[in-house]
Amino acid sequence: MVPQDDLAAAALPLLVAAGCLLAASGVPGLLLRRRSSWGPRIATALTLAGSLVGLAGASLALGSAGGGTLEFASPVPGLRAGLAADALSAFFALPIFLVGGLGSLYGAAYWSPAHHPGRGRRLRLCYGLLLASLTFILLARDGVVFLVAWEAMALTTFFLVTTDEEEAAVRRAGWVYLLYSHASVLCLFALFALERQLTGDFAFRAIPADAPPGLRAAVFVLALVAFGIKAGAMPLHSWLPAAHAAAPSHVSALMSGVVIKAGIYGLVRTCGLLGSPPLGWGMTVLAVGSLAAFFGVLFALAQHDLKRLLAYHSIENVGIILLGLGLAMVGRSLGRPEWVALGLAGCLLHVWNHALFKSLLFFGAGSVAKATGTRDLELTGALARRMPATAFFFLVGAIAICGLPPLNGFVSELFVYLGLARAGLAPGTAWAAAPAPVLAATGALAVACFVKVYGIVFLGRPRGAAAETARESPPLMLAPMAVLALACVVLGAAPVLAVPALERASAAWARPPLAVPALASLVPLGWISAAALTLLAAVAALAAAVLPVCRRARRRAAALPTWDCGYAASSPRLQYSASSFAELVTSRFGWVLRPKVEAPRLQISPLDPPEGTLPGLFPAPAHFHSHVDDPVVDDLLAPAARRALRVTAAMRAVPRGQMQRYLLYVVAALVALLAWAVVAP
Amino acid sequence: MKTTVIAHVLALALIPPLLLGVIRKTKAFVAGRRGPSLWQPYFDLLKLLRKEVALSAVTTGIFVLAPVVALVTAVMAGLLVPLGSFAAPVAFAGDFVLFAYLLALGRFFTASAALDTGSPFAGMGAAREVGFAWITEPALFFAFLALGRLSGSLSLDPMLRATGGGAWTQRPAPLVLAAAGVLIVLLAECSRVPVDDPSTHLELTMIHEAMVLDHSGPLLAVVEYGAAVKLFVLEALLLHLLAPAARIEGWPGFGLFVLGLLAIAAGVGVIESTMARLRLLHVPTLLTAAVLSCGFAFLLLGK
Repeated sequence: MVPQDDLAAAALPLLVAAGCLLAASGVPGLLLRRRSSWGPRIATALTLAGSLVGLAGASLALGSAGGGTLEFASPVPGLRAGLAADALSAFFALPIFLVGGLGSLYGAAYWSPAHHPGRGRRLRLCYGLLLASLTFILLARDGVVFLVAWEAMALTTFFLVTTDEEEAAVRRAGWVYLLYSHASVLCLFALFALERQLTGDFAFRAIPADAPPGLRAAVFVLALVAFGIKAGAMPLHSWLPAAHAAAPSHVSALMSGVVIKAGIYGLVRTCGLLGSPPLGWGMTVLAVGSLAAFFGVLFALAQHDLKRLLAYHSIENVGIILLGLGLAMVGRSLGRPEWVALGLAGCLLHVWNHALFKSLLFFGAGSVAKATGTRDLELTGALARRMPATAFFFLVGAIAICGLPPLNGFVSELFVYLGLARAGLAPGTAWAAAPAPVLAATGALAVACFVKVYGIVFLGRPRGAAAETARESPPLMLAPMAVLALACVVLGAAPVLAVPALERASAAWARPPLAVPALASLVPLGWISAAALTLLAAVAALAAAVLPVCRRARRRAAALPTWDCGYAASSPRLQYSASSFAELVTSRFGWVLRPKVEAPRLQISPLDPPEGTLPGLFPAPAHFHSHVDDPVVDDLLAPAARRALRVTAAMRAVPRGQMQRYLLYVVAALVALLAWAVVAP
Repeated sequence: MKTTVIAHVLALALIPPLLLGVIRKTKAFVAGRRGPSLWQPYFDLLKLLRKEVALSAVTTGIFVLAPVVALVTAVMAGLLVPLGSFAAPVAFAGDFVLFAYLLALGRFFTASAALDTGSPFAGMGAAREVGFAWITEPALFFAFLALGRLSGSLSLDPMLRATGGGAWTQRPAPLVLAAAGVLIVLLAECSRVPVDDPSTHLELTMIHEAMVLDHSGPLLAVVEYGAAVKLFVLEALLLHLLAPAARIEGWPGFGLFVLGLLAIAAGVGVIESTMARLRLLHVPTLLTAAVLSCGFAFLLLGK
């Protein structure tokens, strides 16, 4: 039996080794030929090995309330750099290795060198580097290492997003992402500079309680903006839908399930260091969370590109995560440890849950896209018949992301609800319950959205030729989905398994430490399991009673049509489409969704101008298209930038490139300054 | 097992079809007809159970699973709501979330099964069902939070039984508002006039009936029974808000509660007889009124 301390001390070296293995995973492929099948194999093997080592290290660190610390001389003279693996880092690290490892397996089949010889090497190199940089972001214990790892993450993600760089939409998504990333990094520079001013160095130390309130507030706002951009918190989310849709599906799974959690980690870590916050900060985070949750799901409902839709759901889930964090901050301000425990448990557990079901859904979306060649919901349909395994796993993910029992999404949402309701019941803080009904509406809209996705993609009749010839994915793509689906069921039916990890990570949050009550005393863990198992058992029993009857019916009459209500000319085109399904909700929110419609006008009278109309009594085939852009970039930033360019174009006329004029400006400025110095007292 | 639990389960299992019978009888009475027997829904269920199933070749397993899930979730939700003065068989902190999310799970499967048929009418019904539910859900949560403030509890059982005692005499306004909101939620969730017309014959105007157009035989029996159980559960919720003053302890109270459920069914019948179905686009306005009503109930109790 190895003593506990030795095990804990092994955690950090294991995690560092995992990071190095992952970083190196794509390198051997660079030395091999482009079409060689060995490059991908070595990369997958190294990624899997790194992931397993990382899983072991993170589990050790979580199992023993924190691993060791490591200090070394930093490349910048005069500064000490440090790494450490406490329970909070390890908590966020587990999904990185799980989803990263499964994603590399999935990617080996999804992005096989036979089909994509072109950019496979770059893809695998950046994939490994991204995982490694995420690992070091979590391990970093000072600003310098953190920023280096952060920038590596931002750049590798950019190259991953632009894998299909010959498409204009992909390049645009990449550039928008890069711009947002730079904005985030700029805020981080300011953030760490301020932290150094307050604590004396770049190491992550608790900010003293007697620090000037203005500076503390500045740290908080900078963290909210910098990490909010990375996490996709509304209204800083605009890079996210396009980037997640543009990347290859296993990269989308990683970005959505894990990479945006780096932003959540940064925010959680910084808020922990900031000491007891003013009440307004927690309220701000609650407000941002409510906004992101509701409008995230609303924009998701309006999409008909499968991956874009899933990306908007990431914004919704980040909103739910922020609701938990906001509640914990409110609880810390008001000295309510039970709110802190519930809010933080909801926040952290939802980080895990979202990593599981969102990567599951993106894997499923990748399978659909690969099988049908399209991500457009309106061209799919009836895939459950041709891809039964993918359909089943996608269904599990869909139920989980809607937060429905008996799966894991329900557990973390229940934690958040319980915390919000407790706060709402306390005297004087009824306002804290306000996000609960918002979350309820969000949940119901998520149900609407995933009924739409599942019903349109997998059920009904095929809407296009591609959907009629789709083939089931290979086992290498199905196996990662099976693992993730199983994890969703296990965490949903036995949340007690996650409780020790949640409590250790929560204990590592607040600096200076805060005593929080045990989770088991606050949440009905036993009842959740009982309800989940009862539900599964009762459905199974009743289904077993009904199934023989139905099987007999299918045998007896195999080719019955759906009842067409007497409208004999029924065709697949008559089915509800994704857009029409959502229309009842989206039409109410036209003021925020602002759908763009390209439709031909009918030529009513011969005097109408002929441009863009359908002429004559027998019009030729016409085209109708509607889509919902992102409001911030497409309707706000891009027009503002164009206007700014127009204004500055007038100013550009002033210099004219003549050296004499420039000298004149310099002299004039100098004279003006001298005059001011003389006149000013 | 305690006799009260057995009584609860028996009531939950046996009474729901009777509520449908009462609604239909009331509607017939108001219209001046004699109407079918009160027990007709039971006969209908037995008849359907003896029939064959006809399954469209388009459908998958979801189509078969959906009625089952809808029934199981409705029954499980029913176990969380107390009947009369007897405690609910299952009660724990946060069970109100489970209550709402169980009904949402039933909705997920029912609406998916509708899309499974590939029928445009079923799709229409599914779109309307999920397109309205997102407004009823916050109304329900506001009502629960209001009751939570009234009772100081996070569990449905104490929440609903806290309306007894002096609550109605001391602070009637929030309870009236919450009851009005829950009534609208009931009418919408159980597909009643003025939101939906369960006896309409035009597929284009249906919601719930359009979703289950393709179900037949025993599967349809499960659908109908599950819908009746859901009606029973939401009526029980409403009755706790409406008539706590008449609460009597023990078995007489239980009997009276069941009578109260029948009375609410008759009330629903009267509403159905005297109102027209709203235009579809006006339904969200009615549901928003429910949200506001329950929200103000919460605010009034928020001091």
